[in-house]
Amino acid sequence: MVSVSGCMDALRDRGQCALIPFITAGDPDLETTAKALELLDRSGADLIELGVPYSDPLADGPVIQAAATRALERGTRLEDILAMLKNLSPRLKSPIILFTYYNPILNRGIEAFLQDIAAAGVSGLVVPDLPLEEVEGLLQVATQVGIEIILLVAPTSPKARIEAIAQHSQGFIYLVSVTGVTGIRTEIQSRVQDLLTELHGVTDKPIGVGFGISQASQAKQVREWGADAVIVGSAFVKRLAEGSPDQGLQAIETFCRSLKAAVTES
Amino acid sequence: MTLTPLTLGSSASESQTAQRPDALGRFGKFGGKYVPETLMPALSELEAAFYQYRNDPEFQQELQGLLKDYVGRATPLYFAERLTQHFARPDGTGAQIYLKREDLNHTGAHKINNALGQVLLAKRMGKRRIIAETGAGQHGVATATVCARFGLECIIYMGVHDMDRQALNVFRMRLMGAEVRPVAAGTGTLKDATSEAIRDWVTNVETTHYILGSVAGPHPYPMIVRDFQAVIGQETRSQCQEKWGGLPDILLACVGGGSNAMGLFHEFIEEAHVRMIGIEAAGEGADSEKHAATLTRGRVGVLHGAMSYLLQDQDGQVIEPYSISAGLDYPGVGPEHSFLKDSGRAEYYSITDRQALEGLQQLSRLEGIIPALETAHAIAYLEVLCPQLEGSPRIVINCSGRGDKDVQTVIKALDMMPEQS
Repeated sequence: MVSVSGCMDALRDRGQCALIPFITAGDPDLETTAKALELLDRSGADLIELGVPYSDPLADGPVIQAAATRALERGTRLEDILAMLKNLSPRLKSPIILFTYYNPILNRGIEAFLQDIAAAGVSGLVVPDLPLEEVEGLLQVATQVGIEIILLVAPTSPKARIEAIAQHSQGFIYLVSVTGVTGIRTEIQSRVQDLLTELHGVTDKPIGVGFGISQASQAKQVREWGADAVIVGSAFVKRLAEGSPDQGLQAIETFCRSLKAAVTES
Repeated sequence: MTLTPLTLGSSASESQTAQRPDALGRFGKFGGKYVPETLMPALSELEAAFYQYRNDPEFQQELQGLLKDYVGRATPLYFAERLTQHFARPDGTGAQIYLKREDLNHTGAHKINNALGQVLLAKRMGKRRIIAETGAGQHGVATATVCARFGLECIIYMGVHDMDRQALNVFRMRLMGAEVRPVAAGTGTLKDATSEAIRDWVTNVETTHYILGSVAGPHPYPMIVRDFQAVIGQETRSQCQEKWGGLPDILLACVGGGSNAMGLFHEFIEEAHVRMIGIEAAGEGADSEKHAATLTRGRVGVLHGAMSYLLQDQDGQVIEPYSISAGLDYPGVGPEHSFLKDSGRAEYYSITDRQALEGLQQLSRLEGIIPALETAHAIAYLEVLCPQLEGSPRIVINCSGRGDKDVQTVIKALDMMPEQS
């Protein structure tokens, strides 16, 4: 299993920007999720972020909220997501990053949760409601288990916080490109460029930009501003949910290839 | 082996009490700040502003002046004579029941104490846009009220289900110029409205202050809301002193998020002989699947930024709570209540819809006071509590809100039409 940092370092050595698609597990069903992961893996994804559906996703905008609600209504459970991943992950070249809110982790027990996701082949973890002040307990165990914890930096983060977050983040630093929740936006704020410059000034770790990137042109823009990875979520989730599962899969394949082309230097 | 010198004993624990929450916003293991990174600087800014102004004479003068002349404080501590008689034993002993009349506040509930305090903070922080969540609508009305008073933009998030059962309060908010945004997610109740308010705040944090209405949410909210509500207990103490020259024996309050209960309890936490009882909503029964009895039935979890007891399923998904009372059907509870429960300092029980409806009618008939359905849960617990008591202990109930907003719900529930006149 490739680690997040191993994958990011290898890409950086080759001068490449990583593409990280995000989908919600269990929307429309786990069978489609498994197919989508395989498809993304061979259509240009370098790493894949998989969202665990949660009842109260307060960092998510309407698209991912709705996907989580549908997934939960279908009875999607963490158990089943992990069973699917355990089966599938040996066949994927892209490291899997799990995106989950904190309560399901706490509910399972931090140690059990990390061990179980590691056993399922997960490499990294993003917990959007666990800021630096609360993350220590998770970081300690994660290091033992071999899961990398990716921390988020926001446009509102002051410099001292940015430095501390950069120091503790593993794999890469997740730069939230908007003051807001996940979702599709028409343009990327120009201050993302300043934030990237500022971040590169305080850390050697790779930086991934996400929240609000939904078009190839935006992905290209962010790459040109110096991002080491581009994370695209709602735009994938929306495409996968439209029409039949097969139509959805076809749509995300095309979209993934177009994004990969946009983040690849020509 | 503990190295703490035993001689420090009670004074050490007292000073720990005084310092709750700690610097990280913890009440024991409860509380904290489980929020997206985007909000962390805003929470620090709010905390700093609160510490700066809470002892600032000019801030206090403005707050006290408005509490007196605009809100109508101090609220009376009323001896409920006929209610007391109702529970009296044949030998004349029995609980002496007093009501702390928060229902007499402007806007009809205790919620305005906090809304007013926070809007004065927001003004000083230069935030001109105010958002809030509301369940029963009392906090929404209180927030709309203070925003009208200070000419601030006001957006209230309210679940669609709650908008339906609290239509009167929706109208009141709109009348005062607030925008009420319906939240259809989940079951369209307080939990969903709170999540949506947090999403708004994440998006507009640089211009917006979020007036959270309960002692819930991330630090510093549980502390700020408690401290702005603490006026309830402070007045109660001096009114008890005036009336009988002592302390109350028992404090009784309903608990959803828990702000009216914390407001009453806080002043007395270090008075070890004062019993503190919080009453949650058992809905159709704490053993049924339809209740909001978080402390009675929940497990420790994280919701809306705080670690506390939480109604959740085996996967850690939050369960939609239920109560006839729109102000109590919250799946979480303020972290300090979780702390008080685990430490044994406060007791928590639950009351069903049916019992609450009986409590509401009882207070209406015996005292001519129609309480809110939330408050009626605390009233209803007297039926359980009074027979257990010896002698004539003095009970202070937080009469946290008036029931005008609930009459439609009550009519439906009692399956009776208003009398023709």
